[in-house]
Amino acid sequence: MSRNTTPLLSARGIKISFGGVIAADGIDLDIFPGEMLAIIGPNGAGKTTFLNVCTGYLKPQAGSVRMGGAELLGMAPRAITRLGVARAFQIPQLFVEHTVLENMLLSAAVRERAWNPFRNLHALPQRDEMMELLRLVDCADIAERSAHELPEGQRKLVDIAIALAQRPKLLLMDEPTSGVASSDKFGIMEILIDALRKAQVTSVFVEHDMEMVTRYASRVAVWSEGRIQMQGEPAHVMNDPEVIRTVIGG
Amino acid sequence: MKRLLVIALVVVLALLPVLSAGNVTFATTVYAKMLAVLGIFLLLQAGQVSFGHGMYFAAGAYTAAYMGQAMGGADILLLLLAVIAISGLSGLIVGLFVSRYRYIFFAMLNLAFSMAVFALLEKLFHLTGGTDGLRVPRPTLLGESFSRAQFDIVIYYFSFIMVVLGSLGIWLYLRSPLGQALKAVKVNETRLEYIGLSANRTILIAYVFSAVLAGIGGLAFGLQQGLAVPELTFWTRSGEFVFIAVLGGVGNVIGVFAGTVVFQAVRFVAAALLDDAWQLILGIVLIGIILVVPAGLIGLPARLMELGRAIRKRRFLAGREQE
Amino acid sequence: MDSTLALIALLDGVSYASLLFLVAVGLTLIFGVLGVLNVAHGSFYAIGAYMAVTLGRWLVANDWNPWLTFPALLIAAIATGVVLGGLMERFLLRRIYTKDPVLQLLITFAVFMILENMQRMVWGVQPYFMSTPLQLLGNISVLGINYTAYQVVFLPIMALLTLLGLRLFLRHTLAGARITAVTQDREAATAMGIDARAVYFTTFMIGACLAAMGGALAAPTTSVVPGMGAQMIVLSFAVAAAAGLGNIEGALVTALLIGIARSFAIYLFPEVEILVPYLIMVLVLLWRPMGLFGMPEARKI
Repeated sequence: MSRNTTPLLSARGIKISFGGVIAADGIDLDIFPGEMLAIIGPNGAGKTTFLNVCTGYLKPQAGSVRMGGAELLGMAPRAITRLGVARAFQIPQLFVEHTVLENMLLSAAVRERAWNPFRNLHALPQRDEMMELLRLVDCADIAERSAHELPEGQRKLVDIAIALAQRPKLLLMDEPTSGVASSDKFGIMEILIDALRKAQVTSVFVEHDMEMVTRYASRVAVWSEGRIQMQGEPAHVMNDPEVIRTVIGG
Repeated sequence: MKRLLVIALVVVLALLPVLSAGNVTFATTVYAKMLAVLGIFLLLQAGQVSFGHGMYFAAGAYTAAYMGQAMGGADILLLLLAVIAISGLSGLIVGLFVSRYRYIFFAMLNLAFSMAVFALLEKLFHLTGGTDGLRVPRPTLLGESFSRAQFDIVIYYFSFIMVVLGSLGIWLYLRSPLGQALKAVKVNETRLEYIGLSANRTILIAYVFSAVLAGIGGLAFGLQQGLAVPELTFWTRSGEFVFIAVLGGVGNVIGVFAGTVVFQAVRFVAAALLDDAWQLILGIVLIGIILVVPAGLIGLPARLMELGRAIRKRRFLAGREQE
Repeated sequence: MDSTLALIALLDGVSYASLLFLVAVGLTLIFGVLGVLNVAHGSFYAIGAYMAVTLGRWLVANDWNPWLTFPALLIAAIATGVVLGGLMERFLLRRIYTKDPVLQLLITFAVFMILENMQRMVWGVQPYFMSTPLQLLGNISVLGINYTAYQVVFLPIMALLTLLGLRLFLRHTLAGARITAVTQDREAATAMGIDARAVYFTTFMIGACLAAMGGALAAPTTSVVPGMGAQMIVLSFAVAAAAGLGNIEGALVTALLIGIARSFAIYLFPEVEILVPYLIMVLVLLWRPMGLFGMPEARKI
């Protein structure tokens, strides 16, 4: 991994606490183009909070998040989304009264600002592109099904596909395989990694499963009590005795 | 098939003055109210109810009164443009505020605004005529003026065309990305924000449309009655619109039509018998609909079949137990 | 505006705010516990007033001791709140706690329509007066200004007693502790064996009694007319929303704010006096969308 490239997104000095509980205590992190960064750490270490700060859902008490010269802090989630940072959720956030394809088409419509009030959503020219994206995450066959009747694994994939429909530069994923039966985890992750590679999206994912991290991450950052305890190559970080003690659990 | 039925309905209604002249006034009232109910129906798609759309209804009627008096009977098309502008603009101003809120706040803030308008209309007597309201002069159409009888037909077709255009517009709008986003607001605002769309903005756009529809409805109503009164923005009036929308069901535009016709017909019959207890009956029916047929009139056949099945099943099981 | 007029406006405001607080605190208490905004609350207020007037006038007409009109106010309020509130919770609200918030709102709105109509059927549209309690307490002089003791002493004392009573009840009695527990975490409270249904029932009746109490206590100071319920639901919502829905102490502050601002407006801008409460609510909500004392609640994602 070359550290000479300019980071896609860089966070500096993020501090945030909720009524005395410190969730970020000076986070500095760079995310580089093309990488797949895993964020690991014990529950309550502030991993999700970091994603929430980067996407404008939470406002930190101090710090900055910059991307391509723009300061993201203070922007609404939708503005940050438009700048190319998409987000997938631990609990999939779907429009459950719409079909899977309609979920995708809505995402595409917003991206394209297709606001003609007299044109049917289904007549959008992005329909083929969305079907292609669904194929990429192996969900093309459920395109016409209602989003609320899907099993958890497919909900996760559709959630990510909705984010990818934004054609993001950076995709932030919060535990992409949590809540999925462990027998399906690797299958889903394989689909996902393949899709991300094809879409050429830089990605960050919060993960609890260490095998997942070793297998798929290109870099790892370890969270501990609102700070980054360590970051680097998975092989190196995952063998660090301190990391093994606090995160992996010895 | 469904589409053919709708077209047949439109044709019959278009010929109503020829087929059944006695019902023209009744139908005009239905259309005027239906326009306002369409506005409520639109907001219901996002899961929001407004207890205050009477204020836009009043805005339509009072615009006709002021302009008509100032110009000695203005042209109906000019009035239409003015009402669109005024109700749209006031909808935008109020909407910028209320679209930041949902559910309880959305409903109650709309109620608060309409009550304030009501109080002002009553109080600023020298400007608004107080409780008696203002006379709405009979307008012209493209320079042509009409007798009372002729005007009944003119206002019938005016309201009819507005209802057809309004329904068609809403039908298209709800299929479009903006309309689908409106339905998405009800389900998941977080995801909406995270695909780059403001939920507040989505509601605001629908709110302005709904205000314009209610405004046009109020214009038609005011022209037909020849009067603009504060009662148009009283809470009972707004409540009526919500009532009809719930009666018709959130399903589709035809439900709005069915709801308004049924409502107005019952109102007509009950006026003599039960006028004292009208609100009471509305309230009881409203509770009944919500508890028994949440889908409204449009869902009534399905619900009846469901109940029928349940009863048959119970009988069947009871029969088996006896054996 | 000279200082005498300002003082009168202030006293007017405090007396009016006391009534506003009584009604709004009931509304906010019910919302805090049940999560339902009861639009019919305005009717409880109006019917409380009608009941008080009816009972009071009956006592006076039958030559009972006029001082009995004071307990009559209380009895009218409690009877109204217990009967109407109890029936409404038991037979309607109980069925809809799990439903869409819009449907809950529509149900309470429907009850409001029904009660407003029933009230008109029973009492008609003519205004009613019953100022006996007001006259009995006479006038007192505040900084040289004569004012009715009922309005500047009795009403504020009743409002403060209500606030204190509620605080003591919620913090220092078992029933109150149950209500607080259900408000904070219904699932945990139910798991601990607290009967959430009973808590909802009690809370709703207390809230309804407070609204009726506001009406009953208002009755001697004003003419009781149709439409007072509709106006009060919006006003008490303005008070509760500006404080932050569910916030009891905050409601006292915003009731004073709105009450006093309104009575000053009556003297300064009589034409638009009616707009003042709404204006304050809108300004507060623009500045702090969750109300002055409300805490923003972020959804966990």
